[in-house]
Amino acid sequence: MAVNNSETMTINMGPQHPSTHGVLQLILELDGEIVTKATPHIGFLHRGIEKLSEHRTYHQIIPLTDRLDYLAPMSNNLGYVLAVEKLLGITDEIPERVQRIRVIMAELTRLKSHLVWLATHALDIGAMTVFLYCFRERECITDIYEKVSGARMTSNYFRVGGLSADLPDGLEGEIRDFAESMPGHIEEYEGLLTGNRIWQKRTIGVGKISAEAAIDIGITGPALRASGVDWDLRRDNPYSGYDDYDFEVPVRTGCDTFDRYKVRLDEMRQSARIVLQALDKLKPGPILADCPKIVLPSKKDVVNNIESLIHHFKIVTEGFKTEPGEIYHGIEAPKGELGFYLVADGSAYPFRMKIRPPSFVNLQGLPQMVEGRLLADVVAVIGTLDIVLGEIDR
Amino acid sequence: MVMTPEVLTLSETPWLFTGVMLGKIIVAFVATLLIVAYATYAERKIIGRMQTRMGPNMTGPKGLLQPIADGLKLFFKEDIIPSQSHWFAFILAPMMILAPAFVSIAVVPFGGDLQFTYDGTLYAVPMQITDLNIGLLFIVAMAGLGVYGIVLAGLASNSKYALLGGIRSTAQMISYELAVGLSVVAIFMLSETLSLRGIVAVQQLPLWGSDSLSFLPNWYIFTQPLAFCLFVVGSMAEINRTPFDLPEAETELVSGFCTEYSAMKYALFFMAEYANMITVSAVTTTLFLGGWGGPFWGWINFLIKVFAFMFFFIWIRATFPRLRYDQLMYLGWKIMLPLALVNIVITGIAILLW
Repeated sequence: MAVNNSETMTINMGPQHPSTHGVLQLILELDGEIVTKATPHIGFLHRGIEKLSEHRTYHQIIPLTDRLDYLAPMSNNLGYVLAVEKLLGITDEIPERVQRIRVIMAELTRLKSHLVWLATHALDIGAMTVFLYCFRERECITDIYEKVSGARMTSNYFRVGGLSADLPDGLEGEIRDFAESMPGHIEEYEGLLTGNRIWQKRTIGVGKISAEAAIDIGITGPALRASGVDWDLRRDNPYSGYDDYDFEVPVRTGCDTFDRYKVRLDEMRQSARIVLQALDKLKPGPILADCPKIVLPSKKDVVNNIESLIHHFKIVTEGFKTEPGEIYHGIEAPKGELGFYLVADGSAYPFRMKIRPPSFVNLQGLPQMVEGRLLADVVAVIGTLDIVLGEIDR
Repeated sequence: MVMTPEVLTLSETPWLFTGVMLGKIIVAFVATLLIVAYATYAERKIIGRMQTRMGPNMTGPKGLLQPIADGLKLFFKEDIIPSQSHWFAFILAPMMILAPAFVSIAVVPFGGDLQFTYDGTLYAVPMQITDLNIGLLFIVAMAGLGVYGIVLAGLASNSKYALLGGIRSTAQMISYELAVGLSVVAIFMLSETLSLRGIVAVQQLPLWGSDSLSFLPNWYIFTQPLAFCLFVVGSMAEINRTPFDLPEAETELVSGFCTEYSAMKYALFFMAEYANMITVSAVTTTLFLGGWGGPFWGWINFLIKVFAFMFFFIWIRATFPRLRYDQLMYLGWKIMLPLALVNIVITGIAILLW
């Protein structure tokens, strides 16, 4: 047994471990059950998405972004698509219907991601039933995904300048039913957890991080808002018409695992609210911007109109070109600020694409949140940070 | 004419005595094994329903053959002994954990006397394998032996997760054994016997010996509610059930002390967990719920109460998260132990006064 000369024991937690949420490896130094040092090792899921993007046209990159945070694919699609639209300068030409559907899908994605977070977080702490309750609701969102995009996880739904397809008939009602049922389900989860003494004992005061420390590290999203920093890009730097909706940004000041749990649950309620508002405001209209050099023409136009045929051929074979320049666009993804930094050299491919994944940055907070605490707190903190290795390793 | 039944003894009717004893042992053992097998099935079905899913339903009608299929599968799996482990202790550990779990059943009375005539003489056979006069101490001792199996498994595996699981369970079981042991002291004080048969007999009297309450039996759950709670909570900790399943906390320690075990050895751990659950339910029933006393025929009452307890344990598992190591120790030493002591003092005063 590799016990070193001092009184600590080194233990490899991961990459194969039931609660490291994928392939995170933690090297833990334990003094009894107390963690004296935690070193995260990442890279087991590295697929080189940033590098691959340099050899793909702008449209071909969208499916790659699905694989970043695979629990929230549409948020990744949205962040990337908005960055490219900003680079092309067509942000203002996006039709209203597209904006609304994007918001609906982005908020459903937030619910989807938070449901998996709650499920696995509760399972890590030992509450098994919440896991299956959450997956029951997640299944509904996955069904909605399947109906709009044909895929249950890797959606590849948004396009530069619009959407790949309109919502199928009858889906609006289904989304509405789901969004209306969601607050009731959240009550159900809270009934199992919030008032439970064991749950409170396991989460209150665990994994504390102050607002200053969180800002220093660059933590964003619910983890930052639970430390008392009122910062949400949907409200503070609106995109896709988020300024059009009435929603609250839940902020708590406990800085601990319990408050992060409450913030995320409140966010889920707000997401359901936003979805309902967007459905109310949804009107029929085009689902692609009027930018023939960027957006694929419809099949009808391709067979009837020579110009459309040429555009179609050009976009499919060589993609659209952009002006040289660089751009950054960040969105409020379920896990925090998801940013895409694009450097364009005037060709049909990005010269460089840098992704700012929220999980990667939030993970930096882990060592200081767990050091000096017990082994059981490590799994609670991994859960509360809501990391996804697909996004960390890219 | 009412005949007084004779008691079977080894000296007078050796063959009949041996035959009856063997019969009792086989019936109790087979029944326990069957309940163990179907407790796994029941747990999966009940938790499945609580979690809005089906549970096993493919193997046999309603999935009833699932435990047998699982057993067969584990039986035919490759039995791996890790090269770095201590092979003898590694093999010994699962046996050491399973044997005490089954042995405890020996002293639990599961029914009243069974009367039968043989060769013109009426015999009464107690439905209990043996009525030790230190029955309860025997059970506490066997529970203590079970800890060795877990510790040995943790140490022999030579794996860090198993070691941590072993250490956790040692600390946990020692702490909770104290509270459990002290909580039943109050029962001895009331019943003035350690024999489980004697304790059941006392509980069949009317409550507090009072005629106005004669509709209630003198079950110790009414006279000793605090001891009952302490005993149940402590027992849950001793058999490593949620929310005290730290030694095998799969999300922290992969599988705890049985991480390195495979095939039938793993199955033995699994069986021991459920056998322990049955033992604890049976002992709680005997000590606090009047054993086999009740409206139906003896052993049916007993089984109903045992199954109710097992359902309760399964229900808890579907509901609660897991405690943390330090919180577990805190609960054991700073809350349950003092409460058990206070309970003894109060019981003592009450006995003195009335």
